[in-house]
Amino acid sequence: MTPVPSTKKAGAVPLWRDVRALRIFGQIAVVVVVGLIVAWLVNNLTSALSQRGLGFGFGFLGRTAGFEISETPIPYTATDTYGHAFIVGLLNTLFVSFIGIILSTILGVVVGIARLSNNWLLKQVASGYVEIIRNTPLLVQLFILYFAVFLQLPAIIDSLAIGDSVFLNQRGVFLPGPQLTSTFGILLGFLVAGVVLVIVAGRVASRLEDAGKPSHRLRTLGVIGLVLLGVVGWFVAGGQAVTFDLPVIDRFNFAGGLALSPEFSSLLVGLVLYTAAFIGEVVRGGIQAIRRGQLEAARALGLSEGQTLQLVIFPQALRIIVPPLTSQYLNLAKNSSLAIAIGYPDLFKVGQTMANQTGQPVPVIILIMSTYLAISLVTSLFMNIYNRRVQVLER
Amino acid sequence: MPRFGLSIIGLVVLALVVTACGDTPPPSSNAPGSSAATDAPEPTTAESADPTDAPPSGEGRLATVQDRGQLICGVNGSLPGFSFLDESGNTVGFDADFCRAVAAAVLGDSEAVEFRALSADQRGPALQTGEVDVLIRNTTWTVSRDTSWGIFAPTTFYDGQAIMANASLGASTLEDLAGATICVQSGTTTELNLTDQFRALNIDFTPQVFADIDPTYQAYEEGRCDAVTSDRSQLVARRTAFEAPDDHVILDAVMSKEPLGPVAPLGDDQWFNVIKWVVFATIEAEEQGLTADNVADSVSSDNPVVARLLGSDGDLGLGLEADWVVTMISQVGNYAEIYDRNLGPGTPFDLDRGLNSLWSEGGLLYAPPYR
Repeated sequence: MTPVPSTKKAGAVPLWRDVRALRIFGQIAVVVVVGLIVAWLVNNLTSALSQRGLGFGFGFLGRTAGFEISETPIPYTATDTYGHAFIVGLLNTLFVSFIGIILSTILGVVVGIARLSNNWLLKQVASGYVEIIRNTPLLVQLFILYFAVFLQLPAIIDSLAIGDSVFLNQRGVFLPGPQLTSTFGILLGFLVAGVVLVIVAGRVASRLEDAGKPSHRLRTLGVIGLVLLGVVGWFVAGGQAVTFDLPVIDRFNFAGGLALSPEFSSLLVGLVLYTAAFIGEVVRGGIQAIRRGQLEAARALGLSEGQTLQLVIFPQALRIIVPPLTSQYLNLAKNSSLAIAIGYPDLFKVGQTMANQTGQPVPVIILIMSTYLAISLVTSLFMNIYNRRVQVLER
Repeated sequence: MPRFGLSIIGLVVLALVVTACGDTPPPSSNAPGSSAATDAPEPTTAESADPTDAPPSGEGRLATVQDRGQLICGVNGSLPGFSFLDESGNTVGFDADFCRAVAAAVLGDSEAVEFRALSADQRGPALQTGEVDVLIRNTTWTVSRDTSWGIFAPTTFYDGQAIMANASLGASTLEDLAGATICVQSGTTTELNLTDQFRALNIDFTPQVFADIDPTYQAYEEGRCDAVTSDRSQLVARRTAFEAPDDHVILDAVMSKEPLGPVAPLGDDQWFNVIKWVVFATIEAEEQGLTADNVADSVSSDNPVVARLLGSDGDLGLGLEADWVVTMISQVGNYAEIYDRNLGPGTPFDLDRGLNSLWSEGGLLYAPPYR
């Protein structure tokens, strides 16, 4: 790429054939076109709104919502504001996404390893699960789970019961609810002390090992210390630090205890099963990407199957697994908006109701989109930090 | 590389042009900012120029619909008796017939209707964006909807909210339902009324809200909820589709006023007048005893009221054919015929006319003079 002389020499490249000039023009044209499209869309929106005399603003967030929400992690009544209702929806979304991510990771890792197992049956079951779940739409799976599984459980009177504390029926899953009493602080103090003990013991053990000295089972001793402290704390607190509130049947429903609605249960199970199938494939890919020599070397050293996986394969596979895993976590959080189909009051569901009651769909949709964007960006941020730590460990 | 970039730009420009062209004659009545609006400042018909908020263009929705040759009518689509797909795939019902009445009045053909099935959540935006010409979807008239969704034509069906519960509960009043779980559809006035009513009575309840009408009733029938609430007519209609209709009772309590009627998009007075008078004409025709069978013979009636209704004075400013009422009644029938065909004694619903009788028979149907 020699610079083109600016003199009017015969044979000089004219402007319209100068690659550099064309590149600049091309970029300007792209910017102009994109700008025009955006301006056209915004103009369309504002003119449509003003033509029908509709305002645009977020003032409605301070008005009284007037509708009830079936599941509220924080106190909420119909007299609270739309903003408050939106937060309730957001918390529901975060709740189901958080638990979903944890459970799907566990199940996904198990499935991924099972697909590589030498056990023929286990391998076939895992493959069948992955192929069926991965190749059918999540919405369909949710409908099946909700209408064909959870709503087909027995009616309240014929609840499936495990002892006097766990009940399963078409109104949901009812578990004993832990209730913290006034003496819980004492127990908490003992437990914190125990956790500190475990951490300190672990640090000392690592340092001893690095120095080539025996660690004298310090880690095990730390855990035993934690258990002992917990037991002592329980009795010091009078044995009443936590009581369990058992679900009791009343006229229509179970009262008390911890209740998981069929909507929540279906959504959680659906999201976990669906995402775990993808995570299983990610994990399998990560493991298979490790060179066979590593496996053979580990065997040659006399490591057991479990040790090979834990000490050799997994630390290396994580480098490959974490980036696509992040996408699966983001997918899970976004897929939770399918809750609207089965009536779980998540962010999108509450947002839709707000849009409808206020007649302000555009601001509400903007609000919903930016909230999902924020959730995804925060998730990505944490996963990127984790990814960096995994990578650094390797070097 | 630059060549590749240029071809992308070319594609984008092409896409822009295509989409822009596709939207130049928009379904909405007028698009300010488009050149058509500024080029035609003078209204084509005197009536369309409302001095207070005159849209700059003469192209109202009436002209748009007539040019298109088809009416786009927003309906429920899942509500037997009001708008529902029958075995042969036609949309039938009380609301659907009012769509046909508008089409007959505007286009002379009651079958020139494109039905758009909308969920409760979708109907507001569908009106606001002008996606539908008129919404006839068992929609309750409220002040906030009147100002933000569209403008309500006269009520075609006076309803009230009721609650249906499983007969095995033995409930007969709202108080009997204290602590119950109640299924309700989101984006409806019933969702808000339910909360208001139970709060006023100081009764605890758990709402279970669904976005679509089908899951709402399916979940109730499966036993997810103890009760389900909606307009009484809707409960009656949906109950007929249950496996064991007799296992469910509708409580006597009337929880609210639910005037259901057609809604026209905001900002087009001429089009609103057409919808309004289509409803009034079906009522007036019943009052004058005009039916699908006898309306053609009544054109030369001696009764001046009937003659004027059927077009002896020409068009009275609606911008329709002079004999539009004749066309409409002969194709769709008067209010009583529409009601009886879809909700009356011969149907599974067998709903009493009640408030939906003529004013002269103790009901609320009252059409202003057609002159």
